[in-house]
Amino acid sequence: MSAHAESEHAVAHQHAADEVTTHHGSFKDYLTGFALAVALTAIPFWIVMDNAFRVPATAVVVILIFAFVQIVVHMVYFLHMNSKSEGGWTLMALLFTGVMLIIMLSGSLWVMQHLDSNMMPMSPAQMRNMP
Amino acid sequence: MVANAGTAVLEAEAPPVFYELEEHGHAEGATMLGFWLYLMSDSLIFAVLFATFGVLRFRYAAGPSPADVFELPLIALNTAILLCSSITYGLAMLEVERRRMGLTLFWLGVTGLLGLSFVAIEVHEFLGLAAEGAGPQRSAFLSAFFTLVSTHGIHVTAGIIWLVTLMFQLPLHGFIPENHRRLMCLGMFWHFLDVVWVGVFTFVYLMGVLLS
Repeated sequence: MSAHAESEHAVAHQHAADEVTTHHGSFKDYLTGFALAVALTAIPFWIVMDNAFRVPATAVVVILIFAFVQIVVHMVYFLHMNSKSEGGWTLMALLFTGVMLIIMLSGSLWVMQHLDSNMMPMSPAQMRNMP
Repeated sequence: MVANAGTAVLEAEAPPVFYELEEHGHAEGATMLGFWLYLMSDSLIFAVLFATFGVLRFRYAAGPSPADVFELPLIALNTAILLCSSITYGLAMLEVERRRMGLTLFWLGVTGLLGLSFVAIEVHEFLGLAAEGAGPQRSAFLSAFFTLVSTHGIHVTAGIIWLVTLMFQLPLHGFIPENHRRLMCLGMFWHFLDVVWVGVFTFVYLMGVLLS
């Protein structure tokens, strides 16, 4: 029993040693990610602060695309996401979270939008006397 | 008697079969996967707060709109600070791989200071809003805004406390596997907060100003 425990202990140490030697991202990776992130941040701020688009809706779509791409860039270059790490389980958890996120966000916005448009109209006087 | 004889024959003929009934530890150590799962559940917290903000974003209660209260240059500065802190943490991890204590502590220190200035600017922004009468009690929009952004700010503050703790642990115990694991987890946490901030500055600040 104690021998078993000892061997397990040794195995655990071996794993820990492996963990230390595994390489997570290189200087080039971080630099590429940083350069991409700077560009993907600067352009949306420029679009909004300089009113680059006449129609706000177009600008919204464009900056949302930029945000999505930037999140992917951060995931790949800073969080070192790939389909191999932890036997693919990190990617599975991420995809599951993504599905949950989309359901929660779009569901909330959609349902509350409809509730809102079905509310009784209120006069400003009534609004002012709301508790 | 007959049954005994039968089993004896079976035991003699059938090759031994083993089933793995006990669970094994994860090959690479389960901490990183577990921490990743924590980050995923944390992102669900943020998703709910984003959804709340999305629902309440136009409820100004005759109060200020995003375009009235948000100062985009300040937000751009804060975004730059947080982005820089992400790469300085990456540089610290590269020095960890090379086992250089001095440079590791230096980059961790820079990361901590950048994080601290991020929080300081955010507190400055919040106090300015409260002084203008645009505090969280003013309207549903501002309540949702303060809840979402301050939850992120509290996460960053917790990250700074964690970082300072590790800056004491590292010189004390050296580059032991435990410290390496802690640094990896904090790194994931720190980069994750940067990802959440991408959502915040896009969805709250930029879209807020565009659509108000």
